[in-house]
Amino acid sequence: MKSDKLKFLIFFLLVIVAPLPLAGGYLVNVLIFVGINGMLALGLNLLLGYAGQISLGQAAFFGLGAYGSGVLTTQFAMNPWLAMLVVAVCVAAFAFAVGFPVLRLKGHYLAMATLGVGIIVHIAFNETIDLTGGPSGLSGIPSLSIGSLVFDTDLKNYYLVWGFALVAMLLSLNLVNSRVGRGLRAIHDSEVAARVMGVNARLMKVQVFTLSAFISAIAGSLYCHTMTFISPSSFGFHFSVELLTMVVIGGLGSVYGSILGALLLTMLPEMLRAFQDYDIIFYGLLLVSMTIYMPGGLVRGIPLLFRCLIPARGSQNA
Amino acid sequence: MEFLNQTAQYVISGLATGAIYALIGLSFAIIFNSTGIINFAQGEFVMLGGVLTIFSITTLQLPILAAVVVAVAVTTLVGVVFERLAIRPLKDATPLALIIITIGASILIRGLVMLLWGKDTQALPAFSGNDPINFAGATLLPQHLWIFGVTLLVIVGSRLFFHHTISGKAMRACSFNRRAANLVGISVGRMVLLSFVISSALGSLAGVIIAPLTMTSYDVGVMLGLKGFCAAIMGGMGSGFGTVLGGLILGILESLGAGLISSGYKDAIAFFILLLILFIRPQGLFKKGETDRV
Amino acid sequence: MKKLITTALVSISLCCLSCAALAAAPIKIGALFAVTGPASFLGEPERNSAQMVVDEINKAGGVKGRKLELITYDTGGDATKAVQLANKLIKNDHVVAIIGPSTTGDTMAVIPVVERAQIPLISCSAGIKITEPVKKNVFKTAQNDTLAVARIYQQLKKEKKSRVAILTVSDSFGSSGREQLKSQAAKYGMQIVSDDTYGPKDTDMTAQLTKIRGSQAQAVICWGTNPGPAVVARNAKQLGLTLPLYMSHGVSSKKFIDLAGEAAEGVRLPSGKVLVADLLPKSDKQKAALLSYVKDYQRHFKAEGDHFGGHAWDAVMMLKGAIERGGDTPAGIRNALEATRGFAGIGGVFNYSPKDHAGLTQDAFVLVEVRNKDWTLVK
Repeated sequence: MKSDKLKFLIFFLLVIVAPLPLAGGYLVNVLIFVGINGMLALGLNLLLGYAGQISLGQAAFFGLGAYGSGVLTTQFAMNPWLAMLVVAVCVAAFAFAVGFPVLRLKGHYLAMATLGVGIIVHIAFNETIDLTGGPSGLSGIPSLSIGSLVFDTDLKNYYLVWGFALVAMLLSLNLVNSRVGRGLRAIHDSEVAARVMGVNARLMKVQVFTLSAFISAIAGSLYCHTMTFISPSSFGFHFSVELLTMVVIGGLGSVYGSILGALLLTMLPEMLRAFQDYDIIFYGLLLVSMTIYMPGGLVRGIPLLFRCLIPARGSQNA
Repeated sequence: MEFLNQTAQYVISGLATGAIYALIGLSFAIIFNSTGIINFAQGEFVMLGGVLTIFSITTLQLPILAAVVVAVAVTTLVGVVFERLAIRPLKDATPLALIIITIGASILIRGLVMLLWGKDTQALPAFSGNDPINFAGATLLPQHLWIFGVTLLVIVGSRLFFHHTISGKAMRACSFNRRAANLVGISVGRMVLLSFVISSALGSLAGVIIAPLTMTSYDVGVMLGLKGFCAAIMGGMGSGFGTVLGGLILGILESLGAGLISSGYKDAIAFFILLLILFIRPQGLFKKGETDRV
Repeated sequence: MKKLITTALVSISLCCLSCAALAAAPIKIGALFAVTGPASFLGEPERNSAQMVVDEINKAGGVKGRKLELITYDTGGDATKAVQLANKLIKNDHVVAIIGPSTTGDTMAVIPVVERAQIPLISCSAGIKITEPVKKNVFKTAQNDTLAVARIYQQLKKEKKSRVAILTVSDSFGSSGREQLKSQAAKYGMQIVSDDTYGPKDTDMTAQLTKIRGSQAQAVICWGTNPGPAVVARNAKQLGLTLPLYMSHGVSSKKFIDLAGEAAEGVRLPSGKVLVADLLPKSDKQKAALLSYVKDYQRHFKAEGDHFGGHAWDAVMMLKGAIERGGDTPAGIRNALEATRGFAGIGGVFNYSPKDHAGLTQDAFVLVEVRNKDWTLVK
């Protein structure tokens, strides 16, 4: 327990000091998106890594959060904080309702069902032009503010987004070490066995689905207030695939893994900029090779790699 | 009278699109049945069929028949490479790992095609000209007849193969129970390879015959693959008539939806139907219920 | 004494060197184009044209003796990336102006960033919302859809047709066109009897066209970019639809004729003059610039210089003029841009003003028709 708290404290300090050496450069802007993607990856990880439920439609909840906040604050002039809360609760309720029929499915069928939900929501964003502005997007979204402090610069938005992200991480860390977390892992291993042991698998799966949707919706609201402009193209199937990649590459079932995955995949285009058109090939190769050679993700693979490279010091056991 | 003609047109156009979905759905079902894998890269095989044919005709200057053969052969090769490099190492992988790896492969294939042949859309000349044919108040193109014809051949061929040849029966045995099939001497590994060969050949063939109608570019595979998958699920993932019917029904419903309800939500209709099927009758419209061993 | 002379010599040479260094320091211009992704048919020719004209300017000695340095980033048509890359150009690369982005969506996302940083932006996308209402630092070179729609409606009114069916693609180009088609209909006495859409990757539009065939429409207007309209043209021919078919300037390139084949015959659309450069009368102010652009692009890239690449060409050339007149600071460039008058570019003759940052009028468009697989002017 103590080492967990220490780990989190170190990470917390890291987040606080990270922008300082960057001196307001554009990397601070990138780190904002790392924070948002991190929250999304976290939500997906709870569903995927712990409960073992595949979801290819995570971008839908993200989008619903973003458009919900965007529409309420521009068309109905609602207070942004109130809108964020209202939208998150509504999206969670939607997830709760949809979760019951969807999570009865398993494996590939579940994947396709979540894909279907994601695509339908995405089409709705495009078609409801009067509400959402359609494919041309929704602009003029106000920034968040507390009293006289307006979150309109990259640095302020960085701390705002990471504040939420750290809370989400804390929540997840507490969850996975609790009764609920153990129940989730039991379901992951064998749903029938878990049921036999008295775990209400069906309800628990829907609960985790709802929580994941809630976090994603908040991330969506933060996204729309920091970008001040949203368009449907950011919430399609390809983004769901990106989130999936972040979770898998970072490490399934690991909170820090999700953040690592988000960091890597958000920064990857920067690192690959020299390759311009080749980055899509690199991306595909990365996915394929990581799945084959490092299925536990980086968070487990890197320590493993170290152990292989550094020769064992003597033999402790026979 | 006009309304009847309109409906006839919706139905016939829907049948044509549905036949395409059926072909793609069949190729999904074949792989799924012998390996339990949903191959998200299936759409890319369809795309490769069209792109390679155009490449063979324009750059290699081959006549159309030779170009088709080359395209199907190369795509089959890609399918084999894919199976060897990506699927074979993951023998006991979780469904998640398989989904991710096939998605990764589809991204890779798309990226390679984009680099090699550019992002432009290209047209393939129709096989038998472009004069519309009138039928029951609606019009068809000769290319549609090609599509129906090939689909019919494939149905008959797959029926013969899976029920009247040793290899076909062996593949069906693998789909029922891999371990048992192994125990009776069927080389499961070879069956998996064979299933990929058939699927990629079928997929690329579908791509070739629809390219004159739909034109082709490096990203036509994504949506086609998804819709083909819907068709397969509707048909219960069987390698036969069920999937074909599923595809045809999907095509007709989409066409009617676009014409009578709303053209903007056309794709949403297809996926909504998919969701309904998954919620209410996940084993598909035409199969009896299944039980799972725990 | 020796020390004094040495010090003097050293300081003089240092001064000269630093002056030389300053004089040699290139002027950095940023560019955001959707080179990959769904809008690559816009971004690629734009990037090519921009690089081509920057190279030509540099070869001819640069601007006021200094070379231009073009820093291009690929947004992939993704608004999030566009924002990140705009920030990178401004904060990391310290550019004095930005050209692009290629799509209306990307542009709208980037506008708050450039307004905050007070860096002038010359967008290559067509959305009318980009310059209406006018934003201090935002300009554009692509023609408004309003002008294209007006040109079509004018022609229809002349031919005494009043009932139209519209078929638009469900992306930002199509939905912007649809908005304009609906809002200007009344002004020209047009009645929209059928309003349908299709997806950017759709391969069959017979359902929508069947519905149109059964309606009272006298003309069909299809608003989209390749390959959709080509499919629409072919489907229309298959269904035996004899109504006049109008397209948007989104397909004003030879590619459309290649894709649609025989079905393209008789299709009409409003186009930038670049398509029919050789058919224009000698008195046309743009003819010289157009012909040289087409020739240069063909020589450099072995492909037809089109309408979209022209937007980037116009942006770079007007930027060059602004730097010459207003200096190399963002504020100076912005003021000089706003004062640009009578610039005969590829997209038209530009006249910016404090109230108008789009700069074009209806003469930017001509109505063309496909005859014998080539473009002809409609009188």
